[in-house]
Amino acid sequence: MVGPALRRGGTARRRRGVMNGFATVLVVLSAAVVLTPLVLVLIYLVGRGIGSVNLAFFTRLPAPAGEPGGGVAQAVLGTLELLLIASVIGLVIGIGTGVFVAEYPDHPLVPTVRLLSDALVGIPAIVMGLVAYALLVVPLRHFNGLSGGVSLGLIMIPYVVRATDEVMRLVPRAVREAGFALGLPHWRVILSIVLPGAASGIVTGAMLAMARVAGEAAPLLFTAFGNQYWNVDPLKPMAALPLVIYTYSISPYDSWHRIASASSLVLVVLVLVTTALTRFVFTRRAR
Amino acid sequence: MSIPAAPADASRPVVEPVLELADVNVYYDAVRAVKDVSMAVRPNTVTALIGASGCGKTTLLRSLNRMHDLTKGARVEGRVLFEGQDIYDRGVDPVAVRRAIGMVFQKPNPFPTMSVYDNVVAGLRLAGRVRRAELDAVVERSLRQAALWDEVKDRLGGPATGLSGGQQQRLCIARSLAVDPAVLLMDEPTSALDPQATARIEELLAELKQYVTIVIVTHNMQQAGRVSDLTVFMHLGELIEQGPTDQMFTRPQKELTERYLSGHFG
Repeated sequence: MVGPALRRGGTARRRRGVMNGFATVLVVLSAAVVLTPLVLVLIYLVGRGIGSVNLAFFTRLPAPAGEPGGGVAQAVLGTLELLLIASVIGLVIGIGTGVFVAEYPDHPLVPTVRLLSDALVGIPAIVMGLVAYALLVVPLRHFNGLSGGVSLGLIMIPYVVRATDEVMRLVPRAVREAGFALGLPHWRVILSIVLPGAASGIVTGAMLAMARVAGEAAPLLFTAFGNQYWNVDPLKPMAALPLVIYTYSISPYDSWHRIASASSLVLVVLVLVTTALTRFVFTRRAR
Repeated sequence: MSIPAAPADASRPVVEPVLELADVNVYYDAVRAVKDVSMAVRPNTVTALIGASGCGKTTLLRSLNRMHDLTKGARVEGRVLFEGQDIYDRGVDPVAVRRAIGMVFQKPNPFPTMSVYDNVVAGLRLAGRVRRAELDAVVERSLRQAALWDEVKDRLGGPATGLSGGQQQRLCIARSLAVDPAVLLMDEPTSALDPQATARIEELLAELKQYVTIVIVTHNMQQAGRVSDLTVFMHLGELIEQGPTDQMFTRPQKELTERYLSGHFG
């Protein structure tokens, strides 16, 4: 009872099947190509570094070269503090700019701000380090954690701007209009209606920006500089995991190489876990 | 700028219109979407704006509480008097205008991140009045006025987006009523709803006009006939005819009106 239009096409159907199979293989291969380096890096780091990731790694200061034991607790703490400083700068300026760009699209400055913010993504991290160096290291006449945090914060800004801008524009116009129709001023509509609606997207963007800067070593080389000892004072040189990796990897000592691998592993896992956690929390809340 | 909701008093002839429009023109850039409209809206009545798609009825409605301020390129000329005051006068705060003249939209648009309760009190709480006991009373009053209280009283803390489309629209009505507006503008409030939900809202309008003056845009002539006291017929941006609804539907004065009402175009 099948009409000719539906019955026809033995060869056409076979051809379609072949094309479909070919296309599937192609996409799966592309995905594999993307994932392979990540998996290889993880395997390599786990293989070389997992042996050195222990309690001492997180709680002890570095042992002198050649001596066994010791950790990089000061660098773990330093990285967290640098990220805190970076986030304060990156989020305040980034979200503020994002709100401006998204909510006042008719403002004459907006096209320029958007262009500059996009251009900022392409500026090498080390240049941001130079900016922080000129702003904070030169006047203070010594390396300090604050300048390192500022350089990372500057790198974060454009990512946060773009994330904020994009998710705020996703909030339907109808919802804003409902706010205006209740006799709420614009700032109140932004703060209490648009921002909460965009919050999950902004947090995701912020976490990705933090993950992006957590592993930066270049801008820290001549700002935070690194430190072998405990330091929480942002006006003094501060340790960071990427700096440990840099210094220890190019050292001649095998024990330091292991610490460098362990630091890399910790950094990668930190970034992976943060990213996965954010995604998990916010996809669940979205439902 | 708070306006007490005066109860309807049929025995007393109403003299002062709540809204009075004189030669209102609305432009989108160079396009003149509303042309020289003059009309008056009496308190505690329902006025229906009808006409074919694109006739300017929504555009006219949005000029009544300065929603066009938010649209780039939109411009309103002429006078819109609210209780004698031109809302487009210099020195008039559009935020205060919208507080007194609320709006319900075509699609239900509850605030998605807020609970039912928070949606209703959003207009009050976000404007700074926060006494909890007072808010509780406002929530119950507004939801009762919007005929939604019985359905949601046990889930005031639940998400507003969990309600059905018709319930969401009544929630939006409650939210508008909570700030105690003098006028409620409704832009095809039932066009996204099924016939049952539509019927509930239509019943509601008859009740609501004792608290608030209603101007409703509808593309549904039968709806205009059922709910309104006054009907205004628009065509291509012009006001063709206005009058008491029963009179307009039985004895339209203009041929265009008659042709529209008998379904010849639209």
